[in-house]
Amino acid sequence: MVIELSQAAYGYDGGELLAELDLHIPPGSFHFLTGPSGSGKTTFLKLCYMELLPKRGSARILGRDVREMTRDDVAFTRRRIGVVHQNCEFLDHLPLAENLSLPLSVAGRDTAEAAADLEELLSWVGLEARRNALPPELSGGERQRAALARAVVTSPEVILADEPTGNIDWDMAQRLLRLLIELNRMGKAVVIATHDMNLIRAAKAHVPARVLRLRGGRLQLAGADL
Amino acid sequence: MKARLLGAAALLAGDSKADRVVPPSGFTARLTVFTSAAMAFLAVFALALSLATGRLADRWSDQLARSSTVRISAPEDQMPIQEAAVLEVLRTTPGVADARLMSRAEQAALLEPWFGPDLPIETLPIPSLVEVIESEAGFDPDGLRLRLAAEAPGAVLDDHTRWRRPLVEAAGRLRAFGLIAIGLIALSTAAMITLAANAALAANARVIGVLRLVGAQDSYIARAFVRRFTNRTLSGATVGTVAGLIAIMFLPAADEQGGFLTGLGFQGWHWLWPLAIPPLAAITAFWATRLAAIRTLRGLT
Repeated sequence: MVIELSQAAYGYDGGELLAELDLHIPPGSFHFLTGPSGSGKTTFLKLCYMELLPKRGSARILGRDVREMTRDDVAFTRRRIGVVHQNCEFLDHLPLAENLSLPLSVAGRDTAEAAADLEELLSWVGLEARRNALPPELSGGERQRAALARAVVTSPEVILADEPTGNIDWDMAQRLLRLLIELNRMGKAVVIATHDMNLIRAAKAHVPARVLRLRGGRLQLAGADL
Repeated sequence: MKARLLGAAALLAGDSKADRVVPPSGFTARLTVFTSAAMAFLAVFALALSLATGRLADRWSDQLARSSTVRISAPEDQMPIQEAAVLEVLRTTPGVADARLMSRAEQAALLEPWFGPDLPIETLPIPSLVEVIESEAGFDPDGLRLRLAAEAPGAVLDDHTRWRRPLVEAAGRLRAFGLIAIGLIALSTAAMITLAANAALAANARVIGVLRLVGAQDSYIARAFVRRFTNRTLSGATVGTVAGLIAIMFLPAADEQGGFLTGLGFQGWHWLWPLAIPPLAAITAFWATRLAAIRTLRGLT
């Protein structure tokens, strides 16, 4: 399993936002996480990439118990997880190509050797002409695709995307979805937090995606209405 | 050790990729360079003060240890008897390491600065001088005076260097103040760099968040800040040290007439001491930034 949650719970300021989370995400699976705003989708993903630790219960990410990980362990594990945020954060002073190779740099890998792969990646997300642009010069759709490219540059085992189509039009959303489906077919586990039902329906037409719903802090398997 | 040296060399040489992850910060950079230059400039003067007062204390201490004399005034026929009596008294006085009758030539040399080289010393009734060298413990001057009065009535103990003792103590304290000033300068540099590093870390919280997200270890992130502040401090301290050395070179030359103030500088191999200031400042910056960065990063997820 790439992600295993067992009776995991998390809350802010003494309250409990998420509780009794039981979930096993196997390699190569495709999951949607849906629910109304404020239901805890982002918090759930943060538990998955260890920005937050469960207050109760347990979480194992890529086979390791998160509570037993050192800060370096967390860093090493994050290199095997690709994260795409709704508000894609980049280093604004670096050109796009350097931003995309950042995960390789921090992992101590030779980015010169990976230059060809990087070009291929830029081409894959349709940003080869924007390689020297600074992040503030990119449109919303370009930023989302760039965030996806950065998330997969180290060939991670799981991709977590938080409202990846929140700020882009439907055409661009479909394009991004196709990229995520392509990654899933390459064997990556994909978890997408979204409240965009059209996106989920579009995905289910191509991949056997499971849809999870957060309601009242609990995780439910969504029904056939999706 | 070799690995550490290679690590330090790599740190100073820089890693262009890692350096670039932190955006340039003009104001903080200029502030760090300027402050480290000013601190290094002050450190050069504090060092010069400390070394000069050290030399002064050593010189006065040295003179204090061997400058007591016994002056013998007696009729010419009595002189040999009194000289012998004085030497015998000194030989048996506890705390006297050595006593030696000064020759006429030595006495002429002492008088030469006042009367010139042609003084006919043989024709003048000049008193005999006995140079007394004290042991570590020193002698009791009052007791010696009493014994001399009894054995050689024409002999007078000239304890003229004892006034130097408080001056030696003062010079020693001044040297200590110089060293304390250097310590305070180092601490101030560390405090300033810690503040600047904290400001830089706070200003780059978003950058740090992105780096953590893509799997950067704390050491990688810290290194980017540490290298930057270390290099800035090294360059600033080098400029400050060179400026301080030039200023010291323009001080009046040390000479006997000028005394202490004109001797406030470096002599001989002491000129090498200030060269230690830039690397020491860089080491201070390295640790101050590293501690600030690690402390800040530990507070983040």
